[in-house]
Amino acid sequence: MESSKNNNFLEVKNLKMYFPVTRGILRRKVGDVKAVDDVSFKIKQGETMGIVGESGCGKTTLGRCILRVYRPTAGQIIFKGQDIADIPSDKVLELRREVQLIFQDPYGSLNPRQNAGSIVGEALKIHRLSRNKEEYRNRVSDLFAMVGLDPEMANRYPHEFSGGQRQRIGIARALSCNPSFIVCDEPISALDVSIQAQIINLLQELQQKLGLTYLLIAHDLSVVRHISDTVAVMYLGHIVEITGWEELYTNPLMPYTKALLSAVPIPDPSVEKKRERIILKGDVPSPLNPPSGCPFHPRCWMAIPDCSKEVPPLRQISPGHMVACIRV
Amino acid sequence: MPPLLEVKNLKVTFDTMAGTVKAVDGISYHIDEEEVVGLVGESGCGKSVSQMATIQLISTPPGHITGGEVIFEGQDLLKYKADSNQMRAIRGAKISMIFQEPMTSLNPVFTIGDQITETISLHLKLNHQDAKQRAIELLEQVGIPDAAMRIDNYPHQFSGGMRQRAMIAMAVSCHPKLVIADEPTTALDVTTQAQVLEVMMAMVKKIHNSLVIVTHNLGVVARYAQRIYVMYAGRIVEAGTSDDVFNNPRHPYTIALLKSVPRLDEPRGRQLVPIFGLPPNLIDMPPVCAFRTRCSLAGQCKKETDPDLRQVGDNHFVRCHIDTKGESSGIL
Repeated sequence: MESSKNNNFLEVKNLKMYFPVTRGILRRKVGDVKAVDDVSFKIKQGETMGIVGESGCGKTTLGRCILRVYRPTAGQIIFKGQDIADIPSDKVLELRREVQLIFQDPYGSLNPRQNAGSIVGEALKIHRLSRNKEEYRNRVSDLFAMVGLDPEMANRYPHEFSGGQRQRIGIARALSCNPSFIVCDEPISALDVSIQAQIINLLQELQQKLGLTYLLIAHDLSVVRHISDTVAVMYLGHIVEITGWEELYTNPLMPYTKALLSAVPIPDPSVEKKRERIILKGDVPSPLNPPSGCPFHPRCWMAIPDCSKEVPPLRQISPGHMVACIRV
Repeated sequence: MPPLLEVKNLKVTFDTMAGTVKAVDGISYHIDEEEVVGLVGESGCGKSVSQMATIQLISTPPGHITGGEVIFEGQDLLKYKADSNQMRAIRGAKISMIFQEPMTSLNPVFTIGDQITETISLHLKLNHQDAKQRAIELLEQVGIPDAAMRIDNYPHQFSGGMRQRAMIAMAVSCHPKLVIADEPTTALDVTTQAQVLEVMMAMVKKIHNSLVIVTHNLGVVARYAQRIYVMYAGRIVEAGTSDDVFNNPRHPYTIALLKSVPRLDEPRGRQLVPIFGLPPNLIDMPPVCAFRTRCSLAGQCKKETDPDLRQVGDNHFVRCHIDTKGESSGIL
């Protein structure tokens, strides 16, 4: 094991995740969907990294690679000094004690035939984290209390809970084996507006109390701004801009980031009247057949012929601000 | 000038095993000519149902429109039966609707062209060739590239944003006086949402119609609506111009909604204020304020009765006993 435990909690280096596209009865491979293509970043312990981008940009795949739901095609994922990109599947179980996931859909992600207590406690059994029944029961009660649910509700089934409560069950399940790192995949986008704030506050509170590190995958830029320390913008499998939250939101450099930010409406008519809006043309290209060069150039209003020549590398513009654009 | 659409005391109920749900409980609102109106609320507050009821798209059973008037161009639409010729002549031609999920509201076994031309040939009495030509023009106007080719595509060959644009083309195809957009961009990405909304607004300007945007996204209505109605538990709890509602909100629910969402332009570090509890069950609602159990000002409220909508400004109405001022809400 390397001795890099002090500064980097998680480091992703040149991560690639390609899904083969097959055709015919022989399942001949005809191409790749490059869901995540050469992505690198670092997360410090106790911080939150936000990943934003449109659907299909590879943000969920990236999260799943880190959880080792997928075995990445290439690259390294160095978690607490150990490369987990290629560890065998029996080691993955051990990893999952440290790295957990909160799902998007609180309806689809809870087994309707399992009661809330056993959903939350299942991981304790799998990882043999409680020595006896009493310890198990106490731990489940603690977890319920930690996420603001009444431990008495452990016998109820998912359909008896509201959307916000279900998401709390999902969070309790993720916390059950004391992980240090949690991937939150769109944790609030399926919830009602009035409930979203409860879950955001809970996530922040748990982070402070338990010293958790988050990878927050979301498409709501105002939520990402609210809780992230660093933000990465993804487009067609590439990170196109990455920097601290303040820098990203006050000084976005990549045209795509500018367009994303201008597309978020602000609930204030007087502010809205004065805002400049950038409306992108067309749709996100198919990842099966990505454009040559910069993936964003067909929709970019600043594109020049050179943009279609080669994929621009992420380069540092100012300390801590990396952009993949040749026009910056 | 009388308003284009005036809804008075509309009530819609649904029969369920557990009892009768008062989904819309006596709402009154109006929409003027060439006006963009926002209707905001959480899921289950009756915002979609109220809009479906105005053009009688509520299926009976289980739904019933139990009262009220929907006055459109001087006639009460609720006097006509849902399947009458009069209603058919209005739906799609004079009042049209853009639905939330373009994948489920488009028929997967017909081409996009078939579905647009159906409305056109029915209402505008054009022959097949002319109707198709008109459909292609419409698709071009809403920004579908290669419209002449894409018209023969099936819905699954369109992306989410394109489907919603096809829905817009369909909705404006017969130059309706009123378009109702029910959560038009909820299923879409933020950049696509911006595209679709801009297309929708451009079409509205072009054909000079009125638009109702039904949404839970406060930002969307702030950007486009001139007037706003806020709904809660089947009722309108606040109504006013966009400036009134956003800059001087008077109902605790509106204030709470505004405080519960993070804003892109606010200083960071503000603690979000969630709204505790859940929306009430709409079966057997007690005759008290529906927001009472979740209201942060309930302690100050001494009255046990159900408040009426009362006027607090020129065009500003609020359903609350307390005289809340926007300043005290702390968001200004």
